[in-house]
Amino acid sequence: MGLFLAQLLTGLANAGALFMVASGLSLIFGVTRIVNFAHGSFYMLGAYVGYSLMQVLPGAVGFWGAIVLAGLIVGIIGALVEVLVLRQVYSAPELFQLVATFGVILVVQDLALMIWGPTDLLGPRAPGLEGIVRIMGEPVPQYDLALIAITPFVAIALWYLITRTRVGILVRAATQDREMVGALGVNQSLLFTGTFFLGCALAGLGGALQLPKGGADLLMDFTILAQVFVVVVIGGMGSLPGALLAAVLISVLNVFGVAYLPQSTLVLMYVVMVAVLMWRPFGLLGREEVAGELGQVGEPDRPVRPAGTAVRVLVAALLAVLAALPFWGGSFAVVLVTDILIFCLFAASLHFLLGQGGLVSFGHAAFFGGGAYVAALLVKYAGTPMELALILAPLGAGLVAIAIGWVALRATGVYFAMLTLAFAQLLWSLVFQWGDVTGGDDGLVGIWPARWASDNDVYFWLALVLSVGGILVLRHVAHAPFGYALRAARDNAPRAEAMGLDTKRIQHAAFAFAGMMAGVAGGLFVFSKGSVFPNEMEIARSFDALIVVFLGGVKTLSGGWVGGATFKGVEDLLVRFEYWRLALGLLIIVVVIVAPDGIVGGLRKLGERLGLLRPDEAPRGTAAPAAREPAE
Amino acid sequence: MLEVTGIETFYGKARVLNGLGLTVGAGQVVALLGRNGAGKTTTMKSIMQLVPPRAGRVVFDGADITGWPPHRVAQAGLGYVPEERRIFTQLTVAENLEVGRQKARPGRVAWTEAQLFELFPNLAERRGNRGKALSGGEQQMLTIARTLMGNPALVLLDEPSEGIAPVIVEQMAQAILTLKAEGLTVLISEQNLHFARAVADSVVIIEHGEARFSGTLADLDARPDIRDAYLSV
Repeated sequence: MGLFLAQLLTGLANAGALFMVASGLSLIFGVTRIVNFAHGSFYMLGAYVGYSLMQVLPGAVGFWGAIVLAGLIVGIIGALVEVLVLRQVYSAPELFQLVATFGVILVVQDLALMIWGPTDLLGPRAPGLEGIVRIMGEPVPQYDLALIAITPFVAIALWYLITRTRVGILVRAATQDREMVGALGVNQSLLFTGTFFLGCALAGLGGALQLPKGGADLLMDFTILAQVFVVVVIGGMGSLPGALLAAVLISVLNVFGVAYLPQSTLVLMYVVMVAVLMWRPFGLLGREEVAGELGQVGEPDRPVRPAGTAVRVLVAALLAVLAALPFWGGSFAVVLVTDILIFCLFAASLHFLLGQGGLVSFGHAAFFGGGAYVAALLVKYAGTPMELALILAPLGAGLVAIAIGWVALRATGVYFAMLTLAFAQLLWSLVFQWGDVTGGDDGLVGIWPARWASDNDVYFWLALVLSVGGILVLRHVAHAPFGYALRAARDNAPRAEAMGLDTKRIQHAAFAFAGMMAGVAGGLFVFSKGSVFPNEMEIARSFDALIVVFLGGVKTLSGGWVGGATFKGVEDLLVRFEYWRLALGLLIIVVVIVAPDGIVGGLRKLGERLGLLRPDEAPRGTAAPAAREPAE
Repeated sequence: MLEVTGIETFYGKARVLNGLGLTVGAGQVVALLGRNGAGKTTTMKSIMQLVPPRAGRVVFDGADITGWPPHRVAQAGLGYVPEERRIFTQLTVAENLEVGRQKARPGRVAWTEAQLFELFPNLAERRGNRGKALSGGEQQMLTIARTLMGNPALVLLDEPSEGIAPVIVEQMAQAILTLKAEGLTVLISEQNLHFARAVADSVVIIEHGEARFSGTLADLDARPDIRDAYLSV
């Protein structure tokens, strides 16, 4: 009983920081509609800044003062990011802003490395609260009790701010219809910056508060991000009480998981999330998202057109030059381009889902890694030949996609994105923790290609044929009737339904198809490396693909592979430098600001402006503005 | 008070307004008439700069507000009541009004919640209810009251009679006349000529994003050809 209580208290203490970070993310999303991937980075900054301040400020006042100051400083940094970066891209297509926040993650990672160095920092103890209290014979750190006492105050202060003050009313109004709030005379820019300040300050506060328990390290940004997403989704996007409830649930669950089911701690969180979302698709206390958000004035998608003869000839010529790479490039180039080709197929498969289907998946690595693991496991345990494994990998990935899609497609928008992320994490933690079969962290090694393909040049050709073939198939499907139906479901599901299209089924098929194509890439990947590790499934890999698709241009047909090739190529150039993340992050931010339509979209506009490309014809007649569904 | 000249407004590449112009004098109620798709709502949004025109000018109270962000337009004294009402359904009636509140400005009527509840008595008893619990008519009243909380000098009323019960339409007309008596200037878009007749001093008829007629109601009655060409269904 005593142990049980002590563990419960530890869980409650952990919930405090998690709640603060999650409520910050939730607020920012509610008002600005930005999924702030960098939220974990602000949490990390809070920890580092707090640590430095505690070195300078003496005593108990210094300790607590440092925590508050860390929150304020991180809030200011967040507001600066909003003003300098995000404000430039609010009019870009929905979700494009998350690319910018991804750039911020990279920049913050390297800045933290520069300033605080690579070693983990041990957080100072809270003066006066260094000891433990015995509760029913079990030791409980005094600081844990302090955290349990502090959290409700923060929660109540936040609740008061949101429900009882004018600022809170404006924030809630903007969450529903920010354009209307503007039309009523409220300066949106100010409101957005203020929200960013508050959200980031909460993250920083959380980071500084957990210092005595967890210290500061360079990995904490992604670690917390995954948990925070889960908390926000379980609690319900935009609901503060929901965030509190879910933070407690997840923290307590983690503590008990570690005690009683140590081999499944990572999986547990995601299993709970999936269970909750199947029962309540919008989280415990969330509301159904207002479909077709008002006030989003993006340019409509352009019609998809097949490539003209000139483009076809050009592409064929480029492919011929590329196919001859082993004759004119070095062996290093061959290996590198193999990597890039595989990544391009992976990116193109996600691009198909996003661009044609309008389905934003945050967990596409599940299918890439899934394909890779299917192939590796088949080789490892069944001695399957490479050729068969390469066929079965996409099938396996496709089956996984069918299963995930079956649940995830019940939700839409951000909930769908979060669900895909959760499933990818679920799969990742399964692979990571089921060491007996998957090798866990050590991965599966010794997965080499068949003898005829073991030469790097030959494997390059194989990768070329399959990757380019896959990309062409994806492109072909976009032009096929299925592609038309998919775009119809994307642009207006009710009207598509009214025309007799089963939109959910079409989207499910597209999801499975995209998963399969990612599986092809995964299979190719495993044989090119000879091994596979769990990190092929982790969030960072999913984000890579997502970023690339947006950078290439969602609303273009070739954005996926163009973005993939550019990103991989640039990354390969940059990793030679010590602070390559900083450079890459800044580059991403610049591209986001300069070319909000992505690389391909930006080039197309430039071409049209210079008169090199013929712009699409304007729609005829005085088309009425796209009818919007009423707000309810 | 409001002078719109030659505005051209687009949605993407589709041109909706083709050099539209109109004038609203201080204290007047002007009705903007036209069929569905003629560009009435777009005209309202263009004046408000929610969809900024690519050409032409909008001058309000002597200031060229073309290209201003909408919140500055609102602060300058233009109130916007959207056709879809767009009340905040998760907020209470009182909170909806709070969102609309702006500082009182010299020379303008400064509305209080109490005065607005006097104007729309139905809202008073619904003060603590969430927006989503209101009927269509109550929502329409709330959206007008919310805009009035900003103490505007001119209100853009986009199809206030659409989709509400006839008895409420009657109340709405009464309210608009009360506002007019208070000195408020109103530009109201309508499909319902009968409603316009009840409240407006003059009318502007638009078709294909251009003003085709402007004059008093008597002028319009003298031109049945115009009425048949642009208004009759």
